[in-house]
Amino acid sequence: MRLEKRPEPSRAWMVATPVLAVILTMIAGGVMFALLGKDPFVAIRTIFWDPLFNEQFAAYSRPQLLVKAAPLILIAIGLSLGFRAGVWNIGAEGQYIIGAICGAAVGLAFYPADLFIVFPLMVLAGALGGFLWAMIPGLLRVRFGTNEILVSLLLVYVAEQLVASMALGPLRNPEGGGFPGSRNLQQYSAASNGELIAGTGMHWGVVAAFISVIFAYILLNRHLTGFHIRLAGQSPRAARFGGVNPGRLVLFCMGVSGALAGLAGMFEVSGPAGQIGIDFNVGYGFTAIIVAFLGRLHPVGILLAGLLMALTYIGGELAQFMLGLPSASIQAFQGMLLFFLLAVDMLTNFRVRIGRGAKI
Amino acid sequence: MNLSAIDPVLLIASLMVAATPIILAAIGELVVEKSGVLNLGVEGMMITGAICGFGVAVESGSPVLGFALAAIGGAVLAMLFGLLTQVLLSNQVATGLALTLFGLGISALIGQSYRGISPPATTRLDMGPLSDLPVIGRILFSHDWMVYFALALVAVVWAFLKFTRGGLILRAVGENHEAAHALGYKVVRIRLMAIAFGGACAGLGGAYISLVRVPQWTDGMTAGAGWIALAIVVFASWRAGRVLLGAYLFGGITVLQLNLQAAGVPVPVEVLSMSPYLITIAVLVLMTSGRRGNSAPAMLGRLFHASS
Repeated sequence: MRLEKRPEPSRAWMVATPVLAVILTMIAGGVMFALLGKDPFVAIRTIFWDPLFNEQFAAYSRPQLLVKAAPLILIAIGLSLGFRAGVWNIGAEGQYIIGAICGAAVGLAFYPADLFIVFPLMVLAGALGGFLWAMIPGLLRVRFGTNEILVSLLLVYVAEQLVASMALGPLRNPEGGGFPGSRNLQQYSAASNGELIAGTGMHWGVVAAFISVIFAYILLNRHLTGFHIRLAGQSPRAARFGGVNPGRLVLFCMGVSGALAGLAGMFEVSGPAGQIGIDFNVGYGFTAIIVAFLGRLHPVGILLAGLLMALTYIGGELAQFMLGLPSASIQAFQGMLLFFLLAVDMLTNFRVRIGRGAKI
Repeated sequence: MNLSAIDPVLLIASLMVAATPIILAAIGELVVEKSGVLNLGVEGMMITGAICGFGVAVESGSPVLGFALAAIGGAVLAMLFGLLTQVLLSNQVATGLALTLFGLGISALIGQSYRGISPPATTRLDMGPLSDLPVIGRILFSHDWMVYFALALVAVVWAFLKFTRGGLILRAVGENHEAAHALGYKVVRIRLMAIAFGGACAGLGGAYISLVRVPQWTDGMTAGAGWIALAIVVFASWRAGRVLLGAYLFGGITVLQLNLQAAGVPVPVEVLSMSPYLITIAVLVLMTSGRRGNSAPAMLGRLFHASS
């Protein structure tokens, strides 16, 4: 068996590989669940089917789908731009945290003023916070050639310490009886990011996620910057001759992904999470990396991948509750998905030939 | 605040311990990168090694067996990376990340039943009268055997890369895989061996954290050590000797900030806790500015596919 490079990536496989990867993951995941002593079929059904269609749980789970998918999609859309251009921002988790801190700080600064302007200001602050945090690795790479992968990732640990110190220090709820954690923004209507339509889970973050999908689609297909991003990813040398400024492209990709991650954090802290706590972040920034690849770095694909990944979160919680499946097994499951995806991705770029054919 | 509570001798002695996991992981990754492969999954392999080593040591009562299994666990996970990147030609950055995400998940899964247990103690190497020497004895000759194993490993890797034919071939593959392939060297096979070695080293480093440095099991306990090891390879300009320097620098900062926390310095604990990461970033910037990465292996992260 040998591999033969295709002259052009296969379009059919491009669509089929994520589906194939999901199926393979379900099989491998089933084996893992069986090893844990659970019925694999029940486990898979609990994760992928029950949250949406089981009478008992669907009413609660369906709205959760949008709530969980929104931050994943927002972050993954930003990351996908960079990944296409060969700019590896893997510190979205940190930018997400900083966005949440900045957004919450602005909201809390106005407490208890009931002004219309508070929430828009929080949105701006969240985006700006994430943007600036992402600019650190961006500028270091452009100015000094420092590896942005390592810097952006190391900054996640810095951000985690920062959120802990904020929850214990400046942002701590003065009426919280000394417990760590800020005021609950859900109880402060001017700063709250509540459901827009009751019972759907639709909040401003979901709206922003949908807008970001459309924005990214137009950018990549109809705009010169999008063309530059794709060009730089496929052929850096050609891009340089084509007049692409590599430094500016790095900053653009870093900035957009940081701002979107910051927005995601801000919508999360003002909505579903409600407050800045010590363990505010739950790894959306890392899962979003899987979402970006599962969606083949394509905006529409990311939308679908985000929903699927949100489903594994909700289904995982359900399986934890119903079957006693450990929460870590979902994390392993998600990691497996990325593995299978990368493994079968080969089929889009290579043709598998059986035997030693003479034809080249 | 009581700075006099910090004993410099004890500080340097614990620095050696703090640096050991980083040395192990970084020297393994150095070999991988020298062969032209960028494996960003060090963190995942370390945490997998940490739980494999911990579990086996607890079950068998033997830390040595724990370390051995940790190395195997790390190598197995690394071979997954090798299979994907070398045979199925996937993107190395993405696959490395997948390895880290998967490793964190699988280790938390295995580790559930091991929370709150103490592992068997790793034996201290008895050096007789040497350990009784004032100051030097405490700093150099009173550690467990893994500390010396790590140092020996650095020396072996250094000698291998510099003096042996195998080392030369490894470097050739990393500098120009087309040429190495044309000369008849099995590029993929050599790289797979390097990747397995890197995984085993990372596994050992992880096990050192869970068996000696902490010693207990908590989810995600490597806390970025794998990423710092990656940074230290860059800091070391891909030279074995400098890995030691980088790891001691980092170990020193870690130990110092822990001591400062204990001494009650009027700086928030969180600021002290983030200092190792910030300083690593600062050092990275210093090392990469000026010289434009010319010491990196030329084929680092590049795909190799023999078309004929």
